[in-house]
Amino acid sequence: MSTTGITAADSRAAAAQPRRRWHWRRDWQLWVLLAPAIVFTAVFAYVPMYGIQLAFREFDFSKGLTGGKWVGLKYLAQFLATPNFWPMIRNTILIAGTTVLVGFIAPVLLALLINQIAHARAKRLTQTITYLPQFISVVVVVGMLQVFLSPSTGLITKIATGLGMENVNFLGSAAAFVPVYVISDVWQHCGWNSIIYLAALSGVDPQLYEAAKIDGASRWRTIFHVDIPALIPTMTVLFILNMGGVLNTGFDKIFLMQNTLNLSISEVIATYVYKIGIVSNQFSYSTAIGLFSTLINFGFLAVTNALAKKFANISLW
Amino acid sequence: MSTHVTSTRRTTRIRSHRPSDIIFAAAVAILVAVILFVTIYPLWFVFIASFSQPALVAQGKVLFLPHGTNLFGYGQIFQDTRVWTGYKNTIIYTVVGTAVNMIVTMPAAYALSRPEFKARRPLIFLFAFTMFFSGGLIPTYLLYKNLNLLNTMWVFILPCALNVYNLIIARSFYEASIPEELHEAAVIDGANHFQYFWRVALPLSKAILSVIMLYYVVQHWNDFFTGLVFIRDYDKQPLQMVLRDILVRNQAFAGGAGTSGGTGQGYGALYADQIKYGVIIVASLPVIIIYPFIQKYFDKGVMIGAVKG
Repeated sequence: MSTTGITAADSRAAAAQPRRRWHWRRDWQLWVLLAPAIVFTAVFAYVPMYGIQLAFREFDFSKGLTGGKWVGLKYLAQFLATPNFWPMIRNTILIAGTTVLVGFIAPVLLALLINQIAHARAKRLTQTITYLPQFISVVVVVGMLQVFLSPSTGLITKIATGLGMENVNFLGSAAAFVPVYVISDVWQHCGWNSIIYLAALSGVDPQLYEAAKIDGASRWRTIFHVDIPALIPTMTVLFILNMGGVLNTGFDKIFLMQNTLNLSISEVIATYVYKIGIVSNQFSYSTAIGLFSTLINFGFLAVTNALAKKFANISLW
Repeated sequence: MSTHVTSTRRTTRIRSHRPSDIIFAAAVAILVAVILFVTIYPLWFVFIASFSQPALVAQGKVLFLPHGTNLFGYGQIFQDTRVWTGYKNTIIYTVVGTAVNMIVTMPAAYALSRPEFKARRPLIFLFAFTMFFSGGLIPTYLLYKNLNLLNTMWVFILPCALNVYNLIIARSFYEASIPEELHEAAVIDGANHFQYFWRVALPLSKAILSVIMLYYVVQHWNDFFTGLVFIRDYDKQPLQMVLRDILVRNQAFAGGAGTSGGTGQGYGALYADQIKYGVIIVASLPVIIIYPFIQKYFDKGVMIGAVKG
């Protein structure tokens, strides 16, 4: 405090600098336009993040979110030690991994196919119809699965029996769970997810197609040498994004499709978090499991992003 | 329009004179036909089965056309107060929720699109971070509890007021589609950001407004999780929770009776299935009706946003 004169000037300069850098006075209207979005994000996204410390505390109803006794890694250790741990990890990765992989490839193929439709109106109609299922709710999709796959009256069950399969109960079997889940997922989202690839294809320089034609390339070869290379950057970005959501895909649908007969394959981290936390009120334990899942997710995202950066020079950040 | 279509067709014919290309075009046509059939048939079947004779549906005689009109299922649905309470709730949550969404999202997207705005990069990072990292279910639940949001309609509206994905799409649209010269001209005319946003940017972004509104409407209309976790009273539950009872938990009849599918093929089961078909139609109709009106904006709106995003 002896050099008050200098520090005061310094701190005034330091205080003025960020203000000048952010241009508060010039941009205050932009901050006003942003204010609701910032407030909602701060409250509903960042406050819960602050509440993650509950994973390391004993939840205490009287002391609220962050007042409980510090117990460190007790609940994470409890989760790692539960006999359900490995089956649940396996199920989560199996379901999410298959969905991400199949759900990633299918829209690319569909976009390549739609791009080959020369007739403008037919192309438009194909797009309209394939986008449609995206807008149907998960509850309705699972309801439709139940009706179509019903062991006694289901249409698909009858077809399967007609083809000689015996005792098909697609909804009550652990083996059928993943195929049913993934196929219905592709049915619902494939069309919609192809939009972005169609956009990328519509941006391809027409001269490339002309050149390919002059070189005598068949349409099949043009797909491989013009279309697919044009899609690679978009594919990479979407793949990274999908990997980031790998462990929290589809709570709704898995939860709705879950029953006692398929539980051995349909119990995943997200449904377990719900059961432990909301159904049986073990708040700290459930938070710890949720944190575990979020961290793994983030890890997937970071690793995929790093690989993409190294090999394709594409990165999210 | 029609001349345009014919001209495209003609060029195609000229282009595909080689036998390999003709085979290729045929393969494309067949594949497209199969995909269209697989996509649309389940929905078509649900539609025709919802008003056909249930016994004929169960025997597999209703496949491509309705058969033996029977409106029993729709009669039951119209009498079922659960469906109408759910419908009313969902309409309220969707209308109020979407209004809040638009008020929060569009101004923020505009602000983040301004190139001279120095804070935009860090802010976009802070918004985007929440797409990949979250507090998880229980901290969220306890927060809602502290804010007295549990078991109220506001839990459907406030926490999801901003969808970051939509924010990024809208921002990219503003960056890519509104010429910077317009802003310069408006500034010379003395317009501030509020005036420019309201009088210039917003009227020029009808395409992205419609698309983002559709996204939000669908998000609210199909929201099932919020009702499941955060709502206790049945009379506040949205349509999707009622649908879950009818479709997934097999409580097709208002009284709670009427299992279908899993057991037996009796009278009750047949009609329970018909109720299910009907309720799928009744619940999905609003979204399916508005979708074609907004679809024409998809190319302009979604694609620009998506590719740049």
